[in-house]
Amino acid sequence: MKDNLIQYILGIADNSLILGQRLGELTGHGPAPEIDIAITNISLDLFGQVRSYFQYAAQLSDKDITEDDIAFLRTEREYVNVLLVEQPNTDFGYVITRQFLFDQFHYLLLSALQQSTDATMAAIAKKSIKEVSYHKRFSADWMKRLGDGTKESNQRVQQAVNDLWGYTNELFMLTDADKQAIAEGIGVDVTLFKKEYYENVAAILEEATLEVPTQAFFQKGGKEGVHTEHMGYLLADMQYMQRTYPGMKW
Amino acid sequence: MSEKEIKNLEEIFDQKIARDEKIEPKDWMPEKYRQTHIRQMSQHAHSEIVGMLPEGNWISRAPSLRRKVALLAKVQDEAGHGLYLYSATETLGVSREELYEQLHSGKAKYSSIFNYPTVTWADIGAIGWLVDGAAIINQVPLCNTSFGPYARAMVRVCKEESFHQRQGYEIMLTLSKGTKAQKEMAQDALNRWWWPSLMMFGPTDDKSTHTAQSMKWKLKRKTNDELRQQFIDQTVPQAEILGLSIPDKDLKWNEERKSYDFGEINWDEFWQVVKGHGPCNRERLQTRVNAWENGAWVRDAAMAYAEKNAERKIKKAV
Ligand SMILES: [Fe+2]
Ligand SMILES: [Fe+2]
Ligand SMILES: [Fe+2]
Repeated sequence: MKDNLIQYILGIADNSLILGQRLGELTGHGPAPEIDIAITNISLDLFGQVRSYFQYAAQLSDKDITEDDIAFLRTEREYVNVLLVEQPNTDFGYVITRQFLFDQFHYLLLSALQQSTDATMAAIAKKSIKEVSYHKRFSADWMKRLGDGTKESNQRVQQAVNDLWGYTNELFMLTDADKQAIAEGIGVDVTLFKKEYYENVAAILEEATLEVPTQAFFQKGGKEGVHTEHMGYLLADMQYMQRTYPGMKW
Repeated sequence: MSEKEIKNLEEIFDQKIARDEKIEPKDWMPEKYRQTHIRQMSQHAHSEIVGMLPEGNWISRAPSLRRKVALLAKVQDEAGHGLYLYSATETLGVSREELYEQLHSGKAKYSSIFNYPTVTWADIGAIGWLVDGAAIINQVPLCNTSFGPYARAMVRVCKEESFHQRQGYEIMLTLSKGTKAQKEMAQDALNRWWWPSLMMFGPTDDKSTHTAQSMKWKLKRKTNDELRQQFIDQTVPQAEILGLSIPDKDLKWNEERKSYDFGEINWDEFWQVVKGHGPCNRERLQTRVNAWENGAWVRDAAMAYAEKNAERKIKKAV
């Protein structure tokens, strides 16, 4: 049961970890300092959440491990984030679209997770949802600006929506750990708000004068630890210090 | 305005500064005062923005979650400093676009220290400890400078810089208590950042051109050499606590002066970097230009959207 809870925690926290890492790559390179600050802020929030989750997972574990062991010392196949969040920062259109598609999900997830029978998980969700409701507003506002901005911005962000759309379905797939956590009342059944998610997303895309993709082919694998080719490079960066200097305190 | 009237205004202006009163943007000021402030304040703003890059270089590789969060927050603070300073500069009647243009064209300078590369994690410690440390010594006097918006911006900035300095020192302390590899990493970082940090105080007093005027306007309270000495005297004991040695064989305590004597700074290197030929000048500028150019369509979109929205609101109101 404890092992399952740990696995369930990773399923949530790895998304924040990997998305936080992607956003951190952008610090100092944004389209304007104001946007830079906002993106960095989201990254900070996500890493803050990751720390709460991983500290809890480390405490649950029988092994003598820390939040950093969980964050930095797994193999690629052991990370269970969805493919969406590891997609690269191709341009600001992709950055915002990735954020938007994730935030809409993240908000619904945390809303439900606040009712978890696990007090720690409920508390983390309660704290995080305040941050995520800000992320959600930020990314939706930018979808509208880019979609309903110039012709160029509309085309660019539409391209990002089309390219990233295929990664959305994975958000709603249940792993074994999910199923068990749901049965125990700890976990959230994300399939219950799948319809709501796509309705919310479609409403914002329409307001942004963007087309809702109709394609029905979806990618999956992240939740089972089978990632896109981008993931290895992301981890090579993220794990660099821990791998180069094993066992040291920083 | 007649010559007499201008002279009168100048007198009032000088007296105000002498009485330690602030000059505000709407007040009359000599053109030279305005230009000098635009130059110095924008240079400071640019330094904050370019300064994000060497440290940003380690965000994706920070060795622990705690360090990563602290580094993200630090680099974000620097962006905030850049913004306060740009806003304060704009009160002098120059636009943000112009200021960016001056940076991107290479016309405006930024602090040379950011033209050195961050090659190990210890550099993040060394920058916080030494570079933020030197910046504080340079900037604390500016909290009382004569131009109101600059003084107020510096009060906020200095608070955060001292937090950065402590954070950097704490990274160094952790390394110095760590393994042999970590201690070596810390020493190596000190070796590389020590002299460039001393150069942050600018040329020696006999070579410094702006000092007299700047003193009068309270843009400066102490000379470059005095500030440099203050930095050395403050930092040497900190290095001792870390068990690290300052890479200067001529460094020694002078009992008479109650200060450290120190070796000759390599001024050829100083001028080389100032003139654009440091290890990272080209990359830093290119990175800023790329960020700006790649972001053009985003800024255009935001502008177009805001205009459409304003129109929609007017239509609704009608
Ligand atoms: Fe500064
Ligand atoms: Fe700063
Ligand atoms: Fe700083």
